[in-house]
This record gives sequence, C-alpha cells and structure tokens, in this order.
Amino acid sequence: MTFISVENLKTGYETEKGTVQAVDDVSFSLENGESIGIAGESACGKSTLGLSIMRIVPDGSISSGDIILDGKSILKMSKSEFAKNVRWKDISMVFQGAMNSLDPVFTVEEQFVEVLKQHRYDGDYKQKISEIVNSVGLTQDVFKKYPHELSGGMKQRIVIAMALLLKPKFVIADEPTTALDVLVQAQIINLLKKMKKEGMSIMLITHDLAIISEIAEKIGIMYAGKMIEFGSASEIYKNPKHPYTQALLKSIPKLRGDKVTNYIKGTPPSLIQPPQGCRFYDRCPQAMEKCKKDVPKFKTDSGYVSCWLYE
Amino acid sequence: MLDEILLVQNLTKHFTKKGIFSSSGTVVKAVDDVSFSLKKGEVLVLAGESGSGKSTTARLILRAIEPDSGRIFFDGTEIGNDNKSLEKIRMQCQMIHQDPYASINPRMKISDIIMEPLEIHKIGTKEERKRAVLDALHEVKLEPAEDIFNKFPHMLSGGQRQRIVLARALVLKPKLIIADEPVSMLDVSIRAEVLELMRELQQKHGISYIYITHDLSTARYLGQNIAIMYLGKIVESGPIDDVLLHPRHPYTQALLDAISEPEPDNLLKEKKIRINEPLDIDVYRGCRFRARCPYAIEKCKEEPPLEQTGRDRLAACFVKLD
Repeated sequence: MTFISVENLKTGYETEKGTVQAVDDVSFSLENGESIGIAGESACGKSTLGLSIMRIVPDGSISSGDIILDGKSILKMSKSEFAKNVRWKDISMVFQGAMNSLDPVFTVEEQFVEVLKQHRYDGDYKQKISEIVNSVGLTQDVFKKYPHELSGGMKQRIVIAMALLLKPKFVIADEPTTALDVLVQAQIINLLKKMKKEGMSIMLITHDLAIISEIAEKIGIMYAGKMIEFGSASEIYKNPKHPYTQALLKSIPKLRGDKVTNYIKGTPPSLIQPPQGCRFYDRCPQAMEKCKKDVPKFKTDSGYVSCWLYE
Repeated sequence: MLDEILLVQNLTKHFTKKGIFSSSGTVVKAVDDVSFSLKKGEVLVLAGESGSGKSTTARLILRAIEPDSGRIFFDGTEIGNDNKSLEKIRMQCQMIHQDPYASINPRMKISDIIMEPLEIHKIGTKEERKRAVLDALHEVKLEPAEDIFNKFPHMLSGGQRQRIVLARALVLKPKLIIADEPVSMLDVSIRAEVLELMRELQQKHGISYIYITHDLSTARYLGQNIAIMYLGKIVESGPIDDVLLHPRHPYTQALLDAISEPEPDNLLKEKKIRINEPLDIDVYRGCRFRARCPYAIEKCKEEPPLEQTGRDRLAACFVKLD
C-alpha cells in the first residue's frame, strides 16, 4: 500500500529578482515500510522538499501539487488541523544543523519537557523522556546536562530523540550526519537503521550517496529544483540512468578501488527563470539538440528518469 | 636531511583547562611527543577525530601557538622565536582552513583578499602584485580571472571560495601548504575537483602538503603517507595505501569500518562499530585508546611505544592487528 506520495509539488520563494522555484514539479511515492534518500548538490531544493512536507517553508510557499499520507491529503488540510494532528505526530523532522539549535541555558530535560507541554502530553513526563533518550542510546545522565556539556554526536542524538518524542511514522532527516566525525556518523547511521526496524519510514536528505545506501530503499536525485531520477536504491546504484546520477556516483571518493577523480564541471543554473529544457544541459557530456526541449518523466523499472536518452 | 621540507621532533603542547570557580585545572595533552617528517613534494595526511590534536599540530608548526617542548625544522632551518625564522615559516608555509565561508572576509574584494599576503610581506610593486593575483587566479582555474578579480565572496559558490583560499595561499609561492579539512564543507560532487587541483599544483610546483582530515577516503586521493592521531598521539603511520588496506592499530581499523561506501547491500546490514563506549578511566595512563578499545589486554595499562612493524610502518599498540 502506498504510504506517502508527493505529486507534482511546486514550492517557491519570492525574492526581489523573481520567484526562486526551489521545488519544481517533484513527484515520488513510497510503499509502507520504505525509506527514501534525497540526494543532490547544495541548492538543488532537497531541504525545501523536506520543509514542504512539514508545511513550514520559511518565506516561501507551496504553489501547487499534493502530498498524500496514508490516503489523506495533508496539503488540503487546514493549517490548524495539520499542526494539531500531523506535524510532529505523524511527520517530524530533524533539521539541518539542529544540534546547534538546542537552547544553551536550559538542561536537556527541560527542553524535552517543553516539547511535551506544548503538545499537552498527559502522562509521566519523566518516564516518557527516559524511554526516548534510551532509545537513541543515551542514558539518564544527560538529563541534567546543558548542551555545552555534550559532544556533537550526543547533541545530534538528542535532536533526533526530540523528533521521535511523539512517535511519528515518517521522519525527515536533513543532513543528520554532516559535520560529525566518521565514528559518530556510523553510530547515527545505526540509530536510523534501528528506527526503521521499529517501523518508521525515513526521508534522508543528504549530498552523500554513500550514506543513503545505508538507509534507503528508494532514492530520488534532485537537480536544480527537479527530481531528475527516482527509483529503487539497487537500480540507482547498479544502473544509474540520468547522466547527472552517473556523474554524482562517480564523484564519490572511495576507500578501495582506483583513485581516478571525477567531478562535475560547472555549476547548476539559477532557479530564477531557469533555462528551457533539461537543466543539466550545460554540464551534460551527452547533451543533444533535443535536450533544449522540456523533458517529461520516462518510466523505468522502479521509477522514472527525466532524460531524453530514455525516450 | 636535505630532502625533507619539514621535520617535527617530540612536539608537545599541553593546555590547562580551568573551571571558573576552581583553582586546580585539568590538563589536556593536545599534542604529546609527536614526531614526523615530510619529504619535499610529498603529501602527509594527518587523520583522526575531532580533539585528536591534528589542528593543534598545524598551529604549532606555524607558531600560531607556542609549543611546550619539541623542535621543528622547516627547509633546513630550525623554527624558533627569532623574527627571521618566523618570517620564513609564515611566508613559505601557508594554511587553508575548513570553512571557506568563514575564512575569507565578506567585505573585501577577491583581488584584495588574494593581495593581502603580498602586502603584509611587502612583496612587489602595485603592478606586480596585481599580476601575481591574476596569475594565482589562473592557477586555481577561476576563469575569467579578470572578472573574478572584482567580485565579492558572496557572488561565489563554496567550491569557488575554497579556490580563492587556495589562490591566497599560492600567491606567496609557498613550499608547504597545510590544508585543514579543505573539502569537508563542500558537496561530494565538487570535492574531487578541489583535490584534483591541489594535486596538480603539487606536481607543477613541487609543493608539499600536510592534509588534515577525518575522512580517510579523500585522504587516499592526495596522500602518500599517513599518520593517524588519537588524543594527541600518533598511533599509527606509514605509506597510505598500506595503512588503509592493512591497519595494525585498532583505532585505524575502527575509523575504516565507519566509512560508508555507495553499495546497495549496506541497506541489509548493521554498520560495524569496532569501538566501545568509553570507560571512565584516566586516558593519559597507559594506552590512550584503551578506554574504547575492543582488544584491550592487561598490558595496555602501560604506554605502548610507537615502534616499527614493517617497512616504513609504525604502530603504537601491544596487540597489533594483522
């Protein structure tokens, strides 16, 4: 059964120079129990996609499309209904750099209590908090500590624990491992794996395709606001179709194998009035005349690809 | 000794951490008896987690901070506190920092940013400096250089900014560049581009690098030799491919295990973490890794010496993996 589906979603930011269409006609869907990885370079719209699903796009707005969770549109819901029943309860998010947003003058426990109060939780606060703190691999010792007494990895786990507090079904994690040491990163990956086992679906947003391979059954590759390829992880890793996906995979430095360095030359186009046709045109090694026309989504075995090579 | 650009002997720096109210402090041995050498034109990778002392080592080499003890020889000259040797190291050894958004002044034009080192060291006339800046921009492949010259940092992307930082280091024609996590803030897709550029400059001008990182997979692209640091000590060193393929120290092994590679099979298995939750023991007695080491034995309560384990290989461990 389809768990969540995003259909032709468009989100933009109004600026003096015009609308920045950060998410432009993005579609994907997940079955029950599946997790997705969203990959792409900086400013490709991957964080905006996450924020759109949470319906909190600062200074921006969703202009069209729909998001359906468990058969119900969460975009057509009123703001208050969404805030009351869906946000943090069904869908929650670990924001990028959130570990630096813990309040330095409150203890960890006080910060958890605040969240529970906000959501009018009626139960034993202490028990609830220790339960959730244990589930992310921390002990009660952290309760009375202030954020500055914790390491980066511990802070990241606290933020993840906060996102899990109301037992959501869908957790969006935006760059949860960036800026952490590799060993801590591995621990966070195992934590995400554990959350999946407990029945949560994760949307992992990162520029690092290596980390996505640990978590996601499905992968969506974004480029300049468009999702240019979507499919199962095994298909994307073993048989990437879009030239951008291929280049992205080749650019990852590897620990084993040959040391050939590949990178994608050039920069993505501006998202204010982007050029007609395929947005990867300028950087694509296989660009042809046809690519100047807008590209539809062509079906693949497990998803779709937006590239004229697969017409 | 002539083919060595840098020789570091028994370098030590301890910091005393004092509470606001207590008079007694705790000592942090940030760099403790660290020795290594770097041959001309080579790249040495200093790897380890945050707090392992890699950046402190870099700052000691540049004399941004004073070492407690130990000696540093740069290009045959011992670096002391005299102006002559300080000038030498600060001119011929340049630093690249991690965050290209923080390490360049947003209010300065690109031309002024790159020109500043020349002004500080009073090199050349105004015309010559301008020429040197343009050359440096060509060198780091920021084209058209004449356009970039008059831009401000906010007009550039992260990768371009890091190349500005590289150009600023290059303008003094250094013999050694210390690069502290130069690509960890950049997108994976452009990391290779900056590394490639660094390698080209190494080959073209014979520049040596100390490449500081926690990411062993990018380290492999650039380095010939590697030294792994843990809590202020070098625990293992040797030729990079050798060390990464056959680690002898449990800490090196744990670091290697932690790295993810883009393999769809990863989905099905738990990540191996060959490191324990730290025990509450004095880390400065015996082996420092003992508190987290899955292989610790009774003998580890003594401090293991850094000893030869093979050709050019050193490891400080009583257990020594195979």
